[in-house]
Amino acid sequence: MSQSTLTDLASQIAAGDIHIVDLTHTLDPDFPVIILPPEFGQCARFRMEEISAYDHRGPAWKWHNITLSEHTGTHFDAPSHWISGRDVPNNSVDEIAPEMFVGPVCVIDCSVDAAKDDDFELTPEVIQDWETKHGKIPKGAWVLMRTDWSKKSGAAYLNMREDGPHSPGPTPDGIRFLIDKREIRGFGTETIGTDAGQGSHYTPPYPAHYFLHGAGKYGLQCLANLDQLPPTGAILMAAPLKIRNGTGSPLRVLAMVSGENA
Amino acid sequence: MSTALTPPPRKNPQKRTVSPTRPPETRSRAAMGLSAAAAEGRFALQCCSECDRVQYPPRDACCNCLSTELPWKNISPNGTILAETTVQTSTKLYFRERAPWRTGSVKLDAGPTLICHLHGDCERNGRVKMINRLDRSGQGVLLAMPQERSPNMEDDPQLRAMTSDPKHRRVLITDARNPNSPTLAKAIVEAGASMVFIGEGESWRPYPEQKELAAIDKVEILPLDVTDTLSVQRLAGEIGGKTDILINNARFVRPGGVLARGDTGFARDEMEVNYLGLMRLAQAFGPGMCSRTSDGVNSAVAWVNILSVHALSNAPDYGCFSASNAAARSLSQSMRAEFRSSGLRVMNVYCGPTDDDWHQPLPPPKVLLSALARSVVQGLKDGLEETYCGDVAKDLYERFRQNPNVLEREMTMGGDGA
Repeated sequence: MSQSTLTDLASQIAAGDIHIVDLTHTLDPDFPVIILPPEFGQCARFRMEEISAYDHRGPAWKWHNITLSEHTGTHFDAPSHWISGRDVPNNSVDEIAPEMFVGPVCVIDCSVDAAKDDDFELTPEVIQDWETKHGKIPKGAWVLMRTDWSKKSGAAYLNMREDGPHSPGPTPDGIRFLIDKREIRGFGTETIGTDAGQGSHYTPPYPAHYFLHGAGKYGLQCLANLDQLPPTGAILMAAPLKIRNGTGSPLRVLAMVSGENA
Repeated sequence: MSTALTPPPRKNPQKRTVSPTRPPETRSRAAMGLSAAAAEGRFALQCCSECDRVQYPPRDACCNCLSTELPWKNISPNGTILAETTVQTSTKLYFRERAPWRTGSVKLDAGPTLICHLHGDCERNGRVKMINRLDRSGQGVLLAMPQERSPNMEDDPQLRAMTSDPKHRRVLITDARNPNSPTLAKAIVEAGASMVFIGEGESWRPYPEQKELAAIDKVEILPLDVTDTLSVQRLAGEIGGKTDILINNARFVRPGGVLARGDTGFARDEMEVNYLGLMRLAQAFGPGMCSRTSDGVNSAVAWVNILSVHALSNAPDYGCFSASNAAARSLSQSMRAEFRSSGLRVMNVYCGPTDDDWHQPLPPPKVLLSALARSVVQGLKDGLEETYCGDVAKDLYERFRQNPNVLEREMTMGGDGA
């Protein structure tokens, strides 16, 4: 049965009945990263240096050295990223069981509200509202918050003001509802972090990071193309690099979407 | 009075860019002292320790008492023109291209008679003030100037050939985010620059200087991040052919020495910006600028690095930052050697703690933004290679010249040991 399922899957992908949607931003030196007060250590930007380009440095080949942080560009957060997850078992990217990297995904569309309010909050009410239309979020699902934020670029994407960045995200109650009541696998956003831009002002500060990783759940951020996903029914593939004791990793996030949803 | 320099016409694209030529470079070891003084804009001559005789030209022994103790000392620059001539042609290509060229002899009040270049406004047998300047070979030469300021005197072709005057030139300032960028840009515009390009990194992140910069006439903000090779190459591709002066004010600074943080994070950022950033700029902009050093009124003329004076001797409170500046200083010497055959000048402006957020806990005196801008502009007008901005930098350099090992102890053994 499983063999025929896989064969079916392969032929449906080949036939275009199942679409592969790329949810990843291109790694670009100018893509924004999270900004912390300057006396703290900072997230490295993506950088690329030529080793050779079919020239005197290597006549027949071209290649680059790249540098970046575990948390640069579209990336995965492991539980060890946050202090609340420091003692969770299997909390780094190299220790997470590979089956956790492929799973069902629910997409909560907040794009209309986020267009009106940069600080739009994902609350338990918003989630339950979505469930009345699309059904209960299944246990073990990825939940992605769609805001269409990924369509912004440059200064509008980070949206930094004197009092810090402004972008949508979950409230402490919102994220706890997903973890405690729905037992999700992880939570993902189109913004620079899983938390709202003003997330440091909640109790606890950065509640998505704090509660997700404390509960051994994962985070995905800087996602793109969420508008191409159905509310339910897609399969998310998000496998971070296998970095020893890595707290996260840039990665290629893909979704399988059946033709009827596309 | 000198004829005022007029803004150059737009370049004729059908004309070949003139290749740089240079005045004679060879000097005796003794004569190098004149070039070293010229690099700092000092008028200095050999002064015998035994008999006090001031001598010119430089020699290995005193022309009066044969002593070999001949330290270079700053000398009164006043004198009187004895004789003069105007060279109409020369076997030296550099002077042939620039004829007529006025030269003469000057009897210094301090004793010796000098062979020198004469500024166009010097009167026959008149009183003059000598200056010691680097020529396009990077060697010190003497130029007689009128004692009183004359109109447009900086436009004299012989003087301009030795300086890096920003007038009518196009200047790139590499880091808009440095708090010194608006003051620097305004000073350069006031000095007559025809255009000031300012490099802006991470335009996705706002910064307070942006508005002020955008409001300055003749300023154009362009994307540039010295830590990103591609970004540097892209901008050099765009404006490398019309960058006449490059002022590298990009700087990453965090307090602390080796043990302060226990990691290499900020030290790496410091090297990325302060050392490798300079290298990226030099690789991308250097060759183009070197090829344009004889390109008329707005020829490429100078490369400016703004460095901490602690490049000379480490300040352990900013130990890693000092180390990155020492690396940049060393690199500037390599650049100087590599640019020298083109006549493109590398000027290092050394300053003490600057009046900005990262030096806020330090007591005064600190280098004000306006003082730094003044040093940069004056250094360019004087065609310097080395200049020290503010009392802290000047004092530290003096102590460095006297005894670098004593200075190291003074810098690192400040406490009472209790």
